[in-house]
Amino acid sequence: MDQLDKRIINYLQQGFPICASPYRQIAETLGIGEAELLTRLETLLADGILSRFGPLFHAEQMGGALTLAAIKVPEQRFEEVTEIVNAFPEVAHNYARNHALNMWFVLATEHREQVASVIADIEQQTGLSVYNMPKISEYYVGLQLEA
Amino acid sequence: MDAIDRQIIQATQAGLPLVAEPYQAVAEQLGISTEQVMQRMIAMQNSGVIRRIGAVPNHYKIGYRYNGMTVWDVDDALIDELGAQVAALPFVSHCYHRPRHLPDWRYNLFAMVHGKSEDAAEQQVAIIAELLGAHARDHQVLYSSKILKKTGLRIAG
Repeated sequence: MDQLDKRIINYLQQGFPICASPYRQIAETLGIGEAELLTRLETLLADGILSRFGPLFHAEQMGGALTLAAIKVPEQRFEEVTEIVNAFPEVAHNYARNHALNMWFVLATEHREQVASVIADIEQQTGLSVYNMPKISEYYVGLQLEA
Repeated sequence: MDAIDRQIIQATQAGLPLVAEPYQAVAEQLGISTEQVMQRMIAMQNSGVIRRIGAVPNHYKIGYRYNGMTVWDVDDALIDELGAQVAALPFVSHCYHRPRHLPDWRYNLFAMVHGKSEDAAEQQVAIIAELLGAHARDHQVLYSSKILKKTGLRIAG
C-alpha cells in the first residue's frame, strides 16, 4: 500500500458518483489514469485491504432489520461455531472479541421478522444461547478511518 | 422498493463492477437500460436504502490493529444525553444504546474506537471515561482479535 493507494482508499470512503463513467471522473480528480485506478482497486480488493467496493445498503431502510448479537463460545468449539454462524447469509459481519462473550456478529435481514428466526436457527444449530442486542437508539454511525 | 430494485441490489451487493462503465455492465446483466439503473440507484441513495457507494477498508490492513468495542453501564434515564456526548467525540465511529442482559451483561452504552496502537486506543477509552465520569458505573473494552466475516448485507436470490 503506497501513498496513492492511501489517497484512493481515503477518497473512495467518502462516496462514488452515479454517472456513465464514474471511475474516469474519480481518476481525474486524483490526477491518475482510469486504467490505473481500476487496476489499483482490483489489487486492493484482492489483497483484502478493501473488504468491499460498491453500494452499502441499509437494511432498515429496505424494510428489514439489523441487530448485534453475541455468543459465549467454548474455546474448543470456536472454529466449528464460526462455520455455522458465518454460513448464514444474514450474518453481515462477525468478530472474535476478548471476553466470555467471545463472538459478536451483526445480522442484517431483508424482512424484520427474519431476525428472530435466524437467531432461533443459530441457537438450534450451535446449541448455544444467542444474546440479542438490537439498538434502542443510534447516536452516531459513520466515521471513516484514514488510511 | 420493487422487483427491479431488488435485482439491482442483488447484482451489486458483492461489489460494483470494476469496468469503465459499471452501471452499464449492471444494466446489461439485468436486461434494462443504463439510465434506468442509474436513476433507480440515485433514488435508492436519496431514500437511504443505499447508505453510500464507496470503499470499505479492512481496519487491520490500513493500520488500525486495536479496534475496541467500549461498553458502559450508565443510568437509563441519562443515556440519551450521555450517548450524544460520546458520539460527538471525533474518534468514535459508532455509538448506540443497546439492551442489558442481566445478570450476565450490564452494559447499555456501546461506542467503537480504533487505534493504530494499544496506547492510542486506550487514550480514547480514557477520554470517554473522563467524559462519563461518575455516570459510568462500570465499563469494559472488548477488542476484536479476528475478523471472522465482513461481507455486509446480502439478500437472497
